Amino acid sequence: MKMDAMSVLVETVAPGREAARPRPWLAVLHDWVVTVDHKRLGILYVVTGLGFLVVGGLEASMMRLQLAWSGLHVVPPETFNRLFTMHGTTMVFLVGIPLVFGFGNYLVPLMIGARDLAFPRLNAFGFWILLFGALLLHFSVVGGDGLYGAGSAPAIGWFAYAPLTERAFSPGNATDYWNLALLVTGFGTIATAINLLATILTMRGPGMTLGRMPIFVWEILTISAMTLLILPPLSAAQIMLLLDRFLGAHFFDTQAGGSAIAWQHFFWFFGHPEVYILVLPGFGIASEIIPVFSRKVIFGYVTLVAASAGIGLVGMGTWAHHMFAVGMGSPLNSAFAASTMLVGVPTGVKIFNWLATLYGGRIRFQTPMLFCTAFLYLFLCAGLTGIHLAVVPFDWQLTDSYFVVAHFHFTLIGGLVFLVFAGLYYWFPKATGRMLSERLGRWHFWLFTIGFNLTFLTMHIPGLLGMPRRIYTYPADRGWEVWNLVTTLGVPLQILGVAVFVVNVVVSLRRGAPAGNDPWDAWTLEWATSSPPPPYNFAIVPTVSSRRPLWDLKHPGDPDGLHE
Amino acid sequence: MIGKAARVASSLSALSSVLLTAAGGSAEGRAATPSIFAPVSTPAFAIRELAMFVLGITGVIFVVVAGLGVYVLVRFRRRRGDDRTEPPQVYGSRQIELAWTVVPLLIVAVLFLVTARYIYGVEGHRSREGALEVTVIGHQWWWEIRYPTLGIVTANELHVPVSDAARPTPTFLTVQSADVAHSFWIPQLAGKMDAIPNKTNRLWIEPLQPGTYVGQCAEYCGIQHAGMLLTAVVHSQDDFARWAAAQQTPARNDGDVQRGRTLFVSLACSSCHTVQGTPGNGVFGPDLTHLMSRSTLGAGVMPNSPENLRRWLDNPTALKPGALMPAMKLSPEELNDLTAYLLTLR
Amino acid sequence: MNSVRSTTAMAGPGPESASRGRAGIIGLIVAESSLFAVFVVAYLFYIGKSLTGPYPRDVLELPFFNTVCLLSSSLTVALAIRALGRGQARRSGQWFLLTLGLGAVFLVGTAREWYRLIVGHGLTISTNLFGSTFYALIGLHASHVSLGIVVLALLSVFGFTGALRREDVPRAELAAWYWHFVDGVWIVVFTVVYVVGR
Repeated sequence: MKMDAMSVLVETVAPGREAARPRPWLAVLHDWVVTVDHKRLGILYVVTGLGFLVVGGLEASMMRLQLAWSGLHVVPPETFNRLFTMHGTTMVFLVGIPLVFGFGNYLVPLMIGARDLAFPRLNAFGFWILLFGALLLHFSVVGGDGLYGAGSAPAIGWFAYAPLTERAFSPGNATDYWNLALLVTGFGTIATAINLLATILTMRGPGMTLGRMPIFVWEILTISAMTLLILPPLSAAQIMLLLDRFLGAHFFDTQAGGSAIAWQHFFWFFGHPEVYILVLPGFGIASEIIPVFSRKVIFGYVTLVAASAGIGLVGMGTWAHHMFAVGMGSPLNSAFAASTMLVGVPTGVKIFNWLATLYGGRIRFQTPMLFCTAFLYLFLCAGLTGIHLAVVPFDWQLTDSYFVVAHFHFTLIGGLVFLVFAGLYYWFPKATGRMLSERLGRWHFWLFTIGFNLTFLTMHIPGLLGMPRRIYTYPADRGWEVWNLVTTLGVPLQILGVAVFVVNVVVSLRRGAPAGNDPWDAWTLEWATSSPPPPYNFAIVPTVSSRRPLWDLKHPGDPDGLHE
Repeated sequence: MIGKAARVASSLSALSSVLLTAAGGSAEGRAATPSIFAPVSTPAFAIRELAMFVLGITGVIFVVVAGLGVYVLVRFRRRRGDDRTEPPQVYGSRQIELAWTVVPLLIVAVLFLVTARYIYGVEGHRSREGALEVTVIGHQWWWEIRYPTLGIVTANELHVPVSDAARPTPTFLTVQSADVAHSFWIPQLAGKMDAIPNKTNRLWIEPLQPGTYVGQCAEYCGIQHAGMLLTAVVHSQDDFARWAAAQQTPARNDGDVQRGRTLFVSLACSSCHTVQGTPGNGVFGPDLTHLMSRSTLGAGVMPNSPENLRRWLDNPTALKPGALMPAMKLSPEELNDLTAYLLTLR
Repeated sequence: MNSVRSTTAMAGPGPESASRGRAGIIGLIVAESSLFAVFVVAYLFYIGKSLTGPYPRDVLELPFFNTVCLLSSSLTVALAIRALGRGQARRSGQWFLLTLGLGAVFLVGTAREWYRLIVGHGLTISTNLFGSTFYALIGLHASHVSLGIVVLALLSVFGFTGALRREDVPRAELAAWYWHFVDGVWIVVFTVVYVVGR
């Protein structure tokens, strides 16, 4: 690596952002609205995702309030049904996707030495169409009957099983809001996936072979490819539903010979890989943070990449494990049991690789690492309950119960949200030039982690005791009340944790300690430019000769290239 | 090996079912908590056996991996006085990585083979001489239960004879739906089986212990998905015969409730509900021939009592919001008469 | 040592932007293939499952002429690219025009077929499962043909006005690839609907 280029890089000063004269707010707003800069769009995505995290969290809080004891009437039954539909739909499509593609948007060009994504205007289109779809979906709450009873919000569950979604059983427009909003956001997501794919494949900087990319970039590559394959099937099913509802087609009309199972197959063919799309970038964040905070190179880079590809590939063949109780027959049940158990292997391998990275290290437990530590434990639990669910006869009891609800909150919150928090604490300094408060970070971490476990660890139990999901109340004599109460008690702690985080962000934006280029003493390319980076990312795009360009710079006598 | 594990599992599960059925208890006549670890029927026992085996394996995995994790995080944390040099960089180890790929693959292989055996064992169980046949049809939001060989039609309560080793009497259920997807789930009797329109599914139970066991719909099916409860009453062989005989009789036609009977027949009631022996032969709502033999109204929404029945007839959606039965706008006298009539349908 | 790149580097033509464009269009084609695949699967799954007629064998006629037009339009669009590669902008404009003309003939043929089915046989999207899957699949394909025709029209105009240059071949080629994809989909649709499904 050229020393001259590097010293030019590390001395680059953040241009203009903190210039003395503040610009009129309208001009600033205009800049953000018309931007095609991947960093700004990344921030817009992340802020949108976090905003909807709050919305989805409020929906969940209302449900937990109602379920805290049997027979409570916080909201009417149909409102409750709208709440769980909106909660699931919001969390997957308006929180998970924006966060994942937001991080990808921001980091990928910086990590591979590019100046922007392949198609900057398409990038902007992707974001704004997502926002439009999100607003369309939420307009349903105020449309129809208006705010009372959550208006016309859909009440079909986030996976919208047919034939409940056919006009005969879902009159009015509630279902159409769900259908159209997600069709719209789906196009945006496909566009962004194409964009990221093209960027990673064709715009890597000099020396940045595929084998030298950060693991996070590999994860984004994997999920972008997966998105192209599995999101269109959802769109197809939604178009079919649209045709059924508006033109009288019979794709899922069981009265005319249509198949309810067809919807399930189409949906889950999308739905299962979708959750890997949500979780693999989380794994990528862990693979960036754990090495830096244990001061060791990632253990088994090639294995980790292969494991991601394995998860992506095998994960596309597991979808019918959501349908074990549908009556598919023993051969299909067995086949999907096999693929589901198989996909647990590369996931477990990753956990071992991370532990091996930590082994022999000098672990610093600052906030990013705290969240990664919790993730390791939470995802271990999540993976093991996933194995339980893969054991088909056991699944015949567990599926559609609160055990499954607990499982997927462990995977999605443990595997994505915790790592998003880790990533935010880690890269906030890069994006803003300021450090988040460590003290507030710890408060955030402990409040959220304790609250999360109180809620979701406990939640497994009512499932084992026969409590199905998606019920707005339950009888008093089933023995579920105490467990539901404890589950609900974890909610205020999580809310407080998130509130502390929001305070942290607001305060640190103004008064956080200056970060400098490389506050964590890290090794990948994004730390080689200023914080925040200039619009063009790098004054001179560095030539890399290993997976850790900054390690090579800091340890010229022992560069990675000798060992890789 | 499975047998030994199963014996360990049984004692563990006895312990866990005590712990997990805490609030329930099995008081006379009162249903226990529908814990999947308190099975009373052969397929549910098989599932528990398999579950304990799997929980054992994943329990060991958890202890090992979490233990390793805790050890690593504690042992290798940075301490005060640590100099700021970097520790030795280890890039990987082909042997170790191979080992921790192969071992999980082997565990998965074993787990899969065991799982497949139970899948085929439970799903492949064939009906036999002496088995009872029941058809369960899910509706929004109640369960239609038919005994084709006995000519019985009822709702929301599944009555079956207990099975004993000497004379096994399992019950085979044909599970269907009249509208949207539902799921039939009584945890202590069997795993759940979805009721899908345009599809016929099969489920079998073999209760080994008389008693009352509860469950409910487990697939979101609309506004009153939470109000589609199930009760299974497992009788001794004699008691079941008595129950069946009573169910097979046509509806009573008591003289002093003729006004109510006339109301039932002449109003829209009879176009949705069947009462054997009257012109009423509707199939949209539950069969009412032996309405008073059932313990709840509205698919478990409230106990079946005269007051509740009257309130239900007056305004069903006040008690079960979204229920498809309309309020018939009856005067108080009509309500009294109709209630009096229905109360005779034992 | 790399020279400093301008931030607008991605806008202009050059070898790097060519590969970017190719990656993009391939990504789009993969996504579209996945979309069509599900409609094809639905069509195959529902073969023979309609509860009432009309049935495929009663009403479907092989769209031979339509198919010939569409598939030969792949040839003409390839010739358009070749002409552009030789700097013959006007010639390429003509080939693009012919391509879109063949596509338009295909669409007219489809419209006539639909008219015959709807008015002559009473087969609509809501008649039965065959109607639903047929119009959805053929309609999805036709919508993609329509989009392609719009793009070809633009290219044709640019060709005639001389705005297309030899350096534009990589980007014009992307449109041609899209058009080839649409033709490829038709081969699958034709096989599934008019051969297998009858």
